[in-house]
Amino acid sequence: MGILQRMSMIFRAKADRALDRAEDPRETLDYSYKKQLELLQKVRRGVADVATSRKRIEVQMSQLSGQGAKLQEQAQRALGLGREDLAREALTRRSALETQISDLQVQHANLQGEEEKLTLAAQRLQAKVESFRTKKETIKASYTAAEAQTRIGEAFSGISEEMSDVGMAVQRAEDKTAAMQARAGAIDELLASGALDDPTGTAKDDITAELDRLASTSDVELELARMKQEITAGPAEAPRQIEGEAQPTGEQESPQTQPQTQPQVQPEEGRP
Amino acid sequence: MIVRIMGEGQFEIDDSRLQDLNALDDALTAAVEAGDDARFRPALAALLDAVRQAGTPVADDALVDSDLVLPYTDAHIDDVRAMLSGEGLIPG
Repeated sequence: MGILQRMSMIFRAKADRALDRAEDPRETLDYSYKKQLELLQKVRRGVADVATSRKRIEVQMSQLSGQGAKLQEQAQRALGLGREDLAREALTRRSALETQISDLQVQHANLQGEEEKLTLAAQRLQAKVESFRTKKETIKASYTAAEAQTRIGEAFSGISEEMSDVGMAVQRAEDKTAAMQARAGAIDELLASGALDDPTGTAKDDITAELDRLASTSDVELELARMKQEITAGPAEAPRQIEGEAQPTGEQESPQTQPQTQPQVQPEEGRP
Repeated sequence: MIVRIMGEGQFEIDDSRLQDLNALDDALTAAVEAGDDARFRPALAALLDAVRQAGTPVADDALVDSDLVLPYTDAHIDDVRAMLSGEGLIPG
């Protein structure tokens, strides 16, 4: 016998056991209806739980993307200051983030699929429960316990199988959500520990601190160079001379071009 | 004939398609019995696709038993084996 038939028999055997338990089969109807409503609540909670997990992943993805963009900027800034080592460090961290993000994208798609499936399952179950309620009332009103037996079998068919299926689907969704939350928790911890830096950018990470230090150092160097030139060239001429030097390079006032304009001064100062 | 894909709902399929489904079911059964996940995955996918293509979804409010039940899309071979051995994968 193939798997398809064996599986359907397993579902059916379970429905039969539920029916056999009751003394007055009509009581089974009310009991089952109660169970159906409980399951419906459970499925709806399941949909909400999956949605919560999905949204949490969305927040984390945007936090990680923000981090990635920041590291990219840092890499550019570091290269501008001639610090390839810092730029490399920033890009390495960014690449680790990219891996995290693409992993989260997979989880996100997974949860989204689960959410859609459960939403549809809730709709189907609700329609079936409503159908069952109508049948149940008819049976209770029109038949004796003995007569009800066969009618109840009819009413039960389908709903019991649906409940088993939906019950298992909710369980699977819960398992997936739990696994996802554990991973999301790990990423939250990583973000909080500062290993990936604060997404708000308030706390300075080590790369930013180093870049800021470099920038202020080169400001000092420039200022010193300017002052030295004033002394050697004489106070009156100095400002014009500097302006004259700045002109040919146009708008390039970024730090990396400036050391080139005073190559002879830099080495004397003994850069750190 | 009514076929359920677990987690997706029921489909009504014309009996004339039973032969095709049986052939696909045989492949799936062989894979499960051999414990061969590499064969199980494509066999399950083929069977589910065949049911989705040949079947018409059963109305949501219909209360009807399925003649055949198929595992859910991302079921692992171990899940299916556990279900068949009746080890309580179906709650209640």
